[in-house]
Amino acid sequence: MDEALWGALLASTLRMATPLILCALAGLLAERSGVIDLGLEGKMLFAAFAAGAAGAVYGSTAVAVALAIGVATGLSWLHGLACVSYRGDQVVSGVATNIIAAGLTVVLGMAWFAQGGQTPAVSAAVRISPLMPDLADWVQGIAIIGPVLGPGLLGHDALVYLAFAMVPAVWWLLFRTRFGLRLRAVGENPQMVDAAGVSVTGLRYAALTMNGILCGLAGSYLVLAQSASFSQNMTAGRGFMALAAMIFGRWHPVKALWACLLFGFLDSVAIRLQGVSIAGLGEVPVQLIQALPYVLTVVLLAGFIGSAVAPQALGRPYGKES
Amino acid sequence: MSPAHGLPRWADLLLLPVVCLAVALAAAGTVVALVGQDPLEVMLVLVSGALGSPRGISYTLYYATTFIFTGLAVSVAFHGGLFNIGGEGQAILGGLGTGLAALWLSPSLPAWLMLPIMLVAGALFGMAWAAIPAYLQAYRGSHVVITTIMFNFIASSLLVYLLVHQLRPAGTMAVESRAFAESARLPSMRDALGWLGLDWPTSPLNLSLLLALLACWLVYLFLWRTRAGYHLRVVGASPAAARYAGIGPQRQVMLAMAISGALAGLVGMNEIAGVSGRLLLEFVSGAGFTGIAVALMGRNHPLGIVFASVLFGALFQGGAEVAFEVRGFSRNMVVMLQGFIVLFSGAMVYVIAPALAWLLARLAAMGRRRHAAPAAGAEHG
Amino acid sequence: MQPDLAVCMTGISKRFGAVQANDRVNLSVRRGTVHGIVGENGAGKSTLMSVLYGFYAADSGQIAVFGQAATIRHADDAIALGIGMVHQHFMLVDTLSALDNVLLGAEPHWQLARAQRQVQQELEPLMQATGLRVKLDALVQDLSVGDRQRLEILKALYRGARILILDEPTAVLTPQEAEQLFAVLRALREQGSTIVLITHKLKEVMRLCDEVTVMRAGRVVQATPVAQASIEGLALAMVGRKVQMGRLESAARPAATQALLVASNIGLRDDLGVQRLAGLNLSLHAGEIVGVAGVSGNGQSQLLDVLCGLSVPDSGQLLLCGQSFTSTAWLQPHLARQLGLAHVPEDRQARALVMAFVAWESAVLGYDGLPAYNRLGWLGHGRMRAATLAMMQRFDVRPANTELGSSKFSGGNQQKLVLARELGQAPRVLLVGQPTRGVDIGAIEFIYTHLRALRDAGCAVLVVSSELDEILALSDRVIVMNQGRIAGELPIGDCTEAGLGLLMTGGGA
Repeated sequence: MDEALWGALLASTLRMATPLILCALAGLLAERSGVIDLGLEGKMLFAAFAAGAAGAVYGSTAVAVALAIGVATGLSWLHGLACVSYRGDQVVSGVATNIIAAGLTVVLGMAWFAQGGQTPAVSAAVRISPLMPDLADWVQGIAIIGPVLGPGLLGHDALVYLAFAMVPAVWWLLFRTRFGLRLRAVGENPQMVDAAGVSVTGLRYAALTMNGILCGLAGSYLVLAQSASFSQNMTAGRGFMALAAMIFGRWHPVKALWACLLFGFLDSVAIRLQGVSIAGLGEVPVQLIQALPYVLTVVLLAGFIGSAVAPQALGRPYGKES
Repeated sequence: MSPAHGLPRWADLLLLPVVCLAVALAAAGTVVALVGQDPLEVMLVLVSGALGSPRGISYTLYYATTFIFTGLAVSVAFHGGLFNIGGEGQAILGGLGTGLAALWLSPSLPAWLMLPIMLVAGALFGMAWAAIPAYLQAYRGSHVVITTIMFNFIASSLLVYLLVHQLRPAGTMAVESRAFAESARLPSMRDALGWLGLDWPTSPLNLSLLLALLACWLVYLFLWRTRAGYHLRVVGASPAAARYAGIGPQRQVMLAMAISGALAGLVGMNEIAGVSGRLLLEFVSGAGFTGIAVALMGRNHPLGIVFASVLFGALFQGGAEVAFEVRGFSRNMVVMLQGFIVLFSGAMVYVIAPALAWLLARLAAMGRRRHAAPAAGAEHG
Repeated sequence: MQPDLAVCMTGISKRFGAVQANDRVNLSVRRGTVHGIVGENGAGKSTLMSVLYGFYAADSGQIAVFGQAATIRHADDAIALGIGMVHQHFMLVDTLSALDNVLLGAEPHWQLARAQRQVQQELEPLMQATGLRVKLDALVQDLSVGDRQRLEILKALYRGARILILDEPTAVLTPQEAEQLFAVLRALREQGSTIVLITHKLKEVMRLCDEVTVMRAGRVVQATPVAQASIEGLALAMVGRKVQMGRLESAARPAATQALLVASNIGLRDDLGVQRLAGLNLSLHAGEIVGVAGVSGNGQSQLLDVLCGLSVPDSGQLLLCGQSFTSTAWLQPHLARQLGLAHVPEDRQARALVMAFVAWESAVLGYDGLPAYNRLGWLGHGRMRAATLAMMQRFDVRPANTELGSSKFSGGNQQKLVLARELGQAPRVLLVGQPTRGVDIGAIEFIYTHLRALRDAGCAVLVVSSELDEILALSDRVIVMNQGRIAGELPIGDCTEAGLGLLMTGGGA
């Protein structure tokens, strides 16, 4: 295989992984604080819709991203209201978020834009374009590693680099700040945090707010950088793949990053392997590769390749009289 | 899922779902109004489309049949203390089992033999797909919610692979299998009523409706009339009491999920044996998640599930009519309403139930005062 | 306001539903002393301290700290007033380091590394002064129980606690670790701290405390300096003097009857590795009531769990109605029932009934396999309802409504329903934990009558109770448990208050 192919593969992997990374980090922050978040899919979808709609109507990237973040954060707060303030079932709330998002985005889309649920394509000015195209072109010329690094590593847009930058940022937040310590503690033993005089509710809402922001960025990426408009159910299960990556990464930002890259790689490879025979194995079905992230996560959860220990207080509403 | 506290039993079972539905309708109506349509007009089209004609009713019941299966599946798992989100994947596998049996055996077997075999195959496949996550939960501690979500995706991929690579007749473009022989088809309601001399419009409604109602009755008998069902409910209601009574929790987890998966697997009898007569891609399309809404609205009781299924069937059928007649609408409005219902009867029930209990208490107090007033009137003047 | 009082709580009352956990409690803790609060489970001591620490708000009453009136609504307020608490179930995060557990909530800087360095520097002199040495960079899950407790105390002191509350601190410690703890507490007292010790280990109180308050059923029954108290007196104040139930003159007991349950050499450690039962031997004979006396926490709950099959001991044998079991193949609850053993647990709401079920569904719990109730797996609703109604009528359960939710019955009626169910099976062996806890006076005699009738019919009955009067009223033979062992065994005729008090507190032959 030649370098151009590797370069394309690397580029594709990073592009596929970007929304996964953002959502996995979002889910990680919520779950580290003890709140199950199955609504990543719905939040990303709704944010994508908001970005597409706002981008088409207001013609501004900043407004589109801001609205996407606002919508996703609103949904996170709704989840918090139901589950943290009122101790509702966290799994049901997440499922409800997904269903509402799936329906409401198309209802609004059809009512506002009359394009069968799609939003109009945002103009090129609004789209997020590659950040350093000149540098990428120049590097591409370098022998051997150029074609790989150029398009693969340097040809991406700001959101991709932002997503990758978020990984050390979240790591630093979780493990090097006072807030991060409290967040990690509240997911393991909320009673202890309460007894130490820190608000459990406050921490969980803070985590959910960050969760919303990251999901908003993920949704913006899908519309503003990848496809230029919103279409029905465009997230296609990526929110759940991010959930799987988070678990596969054992609720740790750096390990989740590797999981996202692996899943992104599998996604890129799947399409390219269609119709290609591998020596000894024959033709590998696309569907097998598509299912691989989920199969791997189940294998991990079953304890066959190491163990995944969730935060202790995950999923249990906190209340003093309990 | 624990019952909402503070409410008398009748209010918990009847009034609360109605109130939650009303709140969900109000939320959906608000959205409809916001996008410039008239909620009342939409409502009217929806209701008349679903229930205003025999054809509409027929379609409603056809949708309801599938929802009864998935709703029962979710509710049986709930009674055992488990959340089965994997109804989608289990329904896919069940349909696969039904379809494979049909493809393999239908040319050579008569209907009275073929159809039961398809039913058993569907139930077994669905059961197996639920049993694996159940085993992992019971014996390896893996959270059943996550594993069943993963299994949904795996099931989807599996179906696509089999249809595209194995079952699609050579040379065709459509992603579906060849058609089954006649013996693998469940008679439609039109045909069945025709035998009795009654006239019924053409629609996908078929005899699997009777199967669904039978399943409801059997689930009721199982949960409340048998020892095994009693044990299952004890484990779901109080694991400590279950241990005290000598009931092993792991076996109950397996049993609850196995029955749940089998019920979800029966969706194939409606969609594949009853309607399409071949194996295709989109025969579940979200019914697993609707099952969750149905179970929540029906308060996990078979009778409630029947009513909730008819309600959702009506919403789906009515939604199609709305999409047809009202410019700018699609079925997705129903999806959105479904989401609101899950939200309000599932997650927000701890907000609504205490408010309802407070309201009932106030009304009761007012009623008492009014009764006491004539007698006390003389004293308090 | 008396400034020499570190804590002055007056008229504290707190109700949880039907239970009056604290009933006009007055507590005065003098500055610079070690003050013991003793009482049985459910006496209200933990509730009182939770009110002081801000976990609960009292329904009524006042609190004054160091002479100043105080409103404590949250743990924050208590910490600000200089109150620190070491809970019975440690408030620690296992996956974090000891240092992180100390500084959480009181981090001097938002950058964790800087905060950690600063706190580590501040902790060094504190550890020196108090003798509380803990490896600060170790993860809590790798620390021993004794270390974790030292960490908890360190945490409270770091937050500036001048009043330190310890809830059952030695419940999880070995004798050596307990000694080390006492040394630390004495040192803290020398340095001017005030210590409140919640415990039911009376020896500790006599050794360590300057003053003691005894609580019973939510009230204070005694408050004296330790110098003026005796250990037996404290024990009897704890297990109490209620309305004298009177003792029926029992018929002459046959000399030896069949031993229906024989437990030998039972040993059990709990999850934290603490020895709960050690070398315990017990036998129950047909036609007798054996009462297990003792201050709770000495292994009685564990004993019941082991004997009915809910817990598997680490060592020992059991002979039940002719079938023997060893610790490698122990009794199981359903098998116990088949052999004729019935169990009325101490914790009826969690175990003996299913709160979400209606009365008749709870009334068949554990017995749904009986031929009377089911045929080939099919339950006979009519028969079950009829049996439940009969049970309710026999035991005067009110209201006698088989369709009423189990949670809607009062505590006393729930207990009667459970007893009706278990006694109604005419068991050969009956294990009962706290038979009349939460039961109104009128029903108590009723329950005693039924227990005696069961005994007269040839059943072997084991009654565990924290009410000494109850033990004396019911038993033919009294066993006293202390520290997981049988401290003594006496026929009822030989029991004296003084003798029993001595056995319960670990003295005596």
